[in-house]
Order: sequence, then structure tokens, then C-alpha cells
Amino acid sequence: MQAQIMSAEEFKLELSKKDAEIERLHKMLLIHEEKSNIQIISHQIEDAKPKEEIKHLTKEDVGRYSRQLILPEFGVQGQIKLKNSAVLIVGAGGLGCPAAIYLAAAGIGRIGVVDYDEVELSNLHRQILHTTDRVGISKSMSIAQSCYRLNPSVDYVPYHLQLDSSNALDIIRNFDIILDATDNVATRYLLNDACVLADKPLVSGSALRFEGQLTVYNCNGGPCYRCLYPRPPPPEAVTNCSEGGVIGVVPGIIGSLQALEAIKIASGLGTSFQQRLLLFDALDGTFRSVKLRGRSKECSVCGESPSVIQLIDYEQFCGSRATDKDHQIKVLDDSSRINVKEYWTMLQERTPHILLDVRPIVEVDICKLPHPAINIPFTAFINNVTESASQIVQEVKDLAQKHQPEASASTINVPVVCVCRRGNDSQLAVEKLQKELAGKGVKVLDIKGGLHSWSKEVDPEFPVY
Amino acid sequence: MTLRITVEFSGGAELLCRNVKKHSLTLPKKEETWLIRNLLKWLQENIIKERPELFIQGDTVRPGILVLINDADWELMGELDYEIQENDRVIFISTLHGG
Repeated sequence: MQAQIMSAEEFKLELSKKDAEIERLHKMLLIHEEKSNIQIISHQIEDAKPKEEIKHLTKEDVGRYSRQLILPEFGVQGQIKLKNSAVLIVGAGGLGCPAAIYLAAAGIGRIGVVDYDEVELSNLHRQILHTTDRVGISKSMSIAQSCYRLNPSVDYVPYHLQLDSSNALDIIRNFDIILDATDNVATRYLLNDACVLADKPLVSGSALRFEGQLTVYNCNGGPCYRCLYPRPPPPEAVTNCSEGGVIGVVPGIIGSLQALEAIKIASGLGTSFQQRLLLFDALDGTFRSVKLRGRSKECSVCGESPSVIQLIDYEQFCGSRATDKDHQIKVLDDSSRINVKEYWTMLQERTPHILLDVRPIVEVDICKLPHPAINIPFTAFINNVTESASQIVQEVKDLAQKHQPEASASTINVPVVCVCRRGNDSQLAVEKLQKELAGKGVKVLDIKGGLHSWSKEVDPEFPVY
Repeated sequence: MTLRITVEFSGGAELLCRNVKKHSLTLPKKEETWLIRNLLKWLQENIIKERPELFIQGDTVRPGILVLINDADWELMGELDYEIQENDRVIFISTLHGG
């Protein structure tokens, strides 16, 4: 009976929903079928089984690799060497994706991919082997599946785990060449030390904003990461892609170059970037290759009398964590903070207040709360707290005048509510403001968890970036 | 004699000087020769606009900044004691960690 009262439009809508569901099931089936071909390693290491040495190319190999086989510098011997090589990619992100696909296409014998993380929507603009329907699944598995479609003859070993001091050497030992495609300082020092201890060349790439860097460490007596950077940078000087942003093509270019250098090392051509650093500037359109210092005798891991003879605690060494995930700080006590639901109630009840948004202007353009705000970007605020504070106090007074013209200056009842993307900068800003405005009777509050919490708990339609 | 040189900042180090990457500079005349250590101090006083502690620590650049003199690692050139020449190009690169 219900069917009779449905209109044609409603039938169409219902049909399209069912079609989408069928398509989704097909995709899931595909992922599951592919999964059976690739064994994922998610905890401690079973030693990947040794591959049998290949001495000849098959007809299929000759056909697939013909365009590189006919290069005299590379040839059949180069291809055989590739097939007998194992390359480990640490980091299945913006660098790891292009690196993996070119290594797979070229016919590297075994490709290992380490990543503890799952695919997120905000990864896809640069992490091009993951797909929209794989949001939520393991990144290392996703890369293995994408590469398998291009070249099923390669042996793929996805590691769904965080590389750390307890497992790094065991994993690395199974491979000939290591690619550093990670996104944080602590893992970069860890990988460097592990590669020195296990005597493996480390092809290192990095990218941020519009710039990329590439070099090869610990190769043929060249320097290691610690020779160049004996001491880690101060944590406040380090920016990652989720904070600083990145144009997707930039890691694409650097990751492709990492694959190229790995192929050159594996096939016996040798790398061009031992003791050399490539600097790519996408805004200027320049590649610049510069000469680096040699191996340092005083290096604490590869020098003549090393002090680092086993892997250490790298998060402690660097004073920063081995991920690029949100890190929540807590500098204010609860009386200076409100949660997003409480702020929503303030909006509903039209409670007079000054909303202070401390995000950069480029982020304010993306989305903002449904209440007029004063925008003072955090860096500008910190550089001139006094001036910012007096601007805010003026706004508070003007608003108080409107709502309670009789009130004296000591009983201003208009709070300042501070917001940012995740609720870290806003806390620091509130702390500074409270100090600056001490004794002036102005209440300054922070919105806990910032816009991310607003989206999660109040308005699911609110964009997350 | 004044000394004309080019100083560049990259890898995020340019954010310490209002996002300007390339600086054509004329170093003022002084009795002794200009060494890199003098340049660091001069830059800190004249060019670095924000958070100088993220550029210099002690008398040298902070960890994580690589210095190049005419496209070579400054360690190959004498580091702080390199004598600056007319038309030299000195680059301060903050190492990137993203990926």
C-alpha cells in the first residue's frame, strides 16, 4: 500500500540509494578479495620469508619492463638486481604513495610499507594511492592494494604498526634500502640510527607548504642525518603538514625522486644525492642541489666513537611526539573554559559577549562560528599582546554600553570568548589576555576543543580542516 | 668598503623575516673583515623580525637550520669564521619534516 503513495521522484531516490549501496558492496568485496593476496603484519614481526634469488627474466618480465630494459645503463642485469631487492617505505603518506607506485611499477622484488595510521579524507589531496572508499582502512594495506593492481608480481609487505625502538631493527633487517617518508622529527632520528646500526642506505624525503628536500644518508661512507643535525630542533620550530599545509604535488615530486634514487641504488647505478641535498621550491619553480659536509668523525651514531650504540627513546630525545596527530594542551583551569555546548547555549540565549577568533585569516576564510567575531591571528596577538588587549577591552566596553548603560566599569558583564581550530592557541591567548587584563573585571573564556569540537558535538555540518 | 651580498631564507626560516625569502643586502663598512659570525648578529638585529630565538641560539644558528655559502654546506667553508666576499650568497634553510 505504501508503494502506491510514493511518487515517481521518491522511487528514483529510493533506487539511487540502492544503487549506491550495491556499488559500495562491490567495492568492499573487491577490497576483501584483494586482501587475501597480501598478508598484513600488525604487531610483532614474523620475519618476512626470504625470497628466492632470481637469475633470469620471464617472458612476462621482458614485456612489462621492456622500456627500461633497453636502456644500456640499466639493461637485463639492472632489472634482475631490482627483482632481487627489497625496499622499505616508512610512512604511507604524501611521500610514500608516489614512491611506492613507482617502485612497484619498476619491478622491485619486495616492497614493505610501514604506517600505524588509517586513511582520512584530508589525506587524499596528496596521498594519491588511497581512495575515497578506503577512508578508515589501514594506509599500509591501502598502498599495497593499489600497487598490487599495477604490478601483482611484486611481493608486498604492509606493516600496520608504529615504527619504534623496539621493532625498527627487526623490520629494517629484512630490506636492502630504506625510504624515510615520515612526517615527524622523532621518527626521522629513529630511522637514521636504525639504518646506521643495520648498515642500510636511507633515502630521505620531506615536504611542507611549497617546498621539498631530498638526500641520501648513510650510503657509501657519506654522512648520516645526525652528522648534519647532531641536535634536534626546538619543538616549537617544527611545523607539520596538518599545521603548515602542503600542496599535494610537492610531496608527489619528492616521493617520486625517492623512488628514483632507490631504483638507482638497487640496480647498481648509484645515487646522485650522497652528500648532496636537493632543494625544491615550487613557488619559485627552482631545483637547487647543494654539497653537504662529509661523515663526521664526532657523529654520535656513525662517528669514530659513537655514544648511540642501540636505539634510544626518540620522543624524549626530540621533546616531541612521533606522530603528526593533534596534540591537546591544557594550560587553563576549568573555570576559564567552556565547552561547545555551553557556547551554543550562549548563542541561543543571545548572551552578550565578544567572540575572539585567533586563527590565521586564511583559516577564517574556510569557516567561522555563527556569531560576529574579532579576528586577531595568534602570531599577531603574541607579538603585540598589549595593543590587542586594549582593542578587545574597547569592544567589550562598547558592547556593555549598549546592553547595560548604567553599569560601572568594575561590573562589566560581557565576557570575551576565545576560539581557534582545536583549542590550543585559544588557551594560550586566554592565558596572556587574563594576565594583561588582570584587575580590569573582564572575564576571558576559552572554547574547549575549538572548532573541531563544535563540528563534532554541536553542528555535524560544520567543516573540519 | 661596503659589501654586497645575497641572503636567502627557506624551509620556513623566511617566516622569521615577514615571509621574505630573498634579501639583497649591503653590509656597512667596518674595520675588520666580515665573518659569518658577524653576519648572524647583524641579521638578528636588522632582518629577523619575529622570534629571534628561533634563528640564533648562543652564537650560532639554532639546531635544524642548515647554512649554505655559495651552495655548499658552511661546514666545508669554515662555518662561523668564513670570511664573506663580495657577491656571496648565504642561505639559511630550516629542515623540513613533513611528508
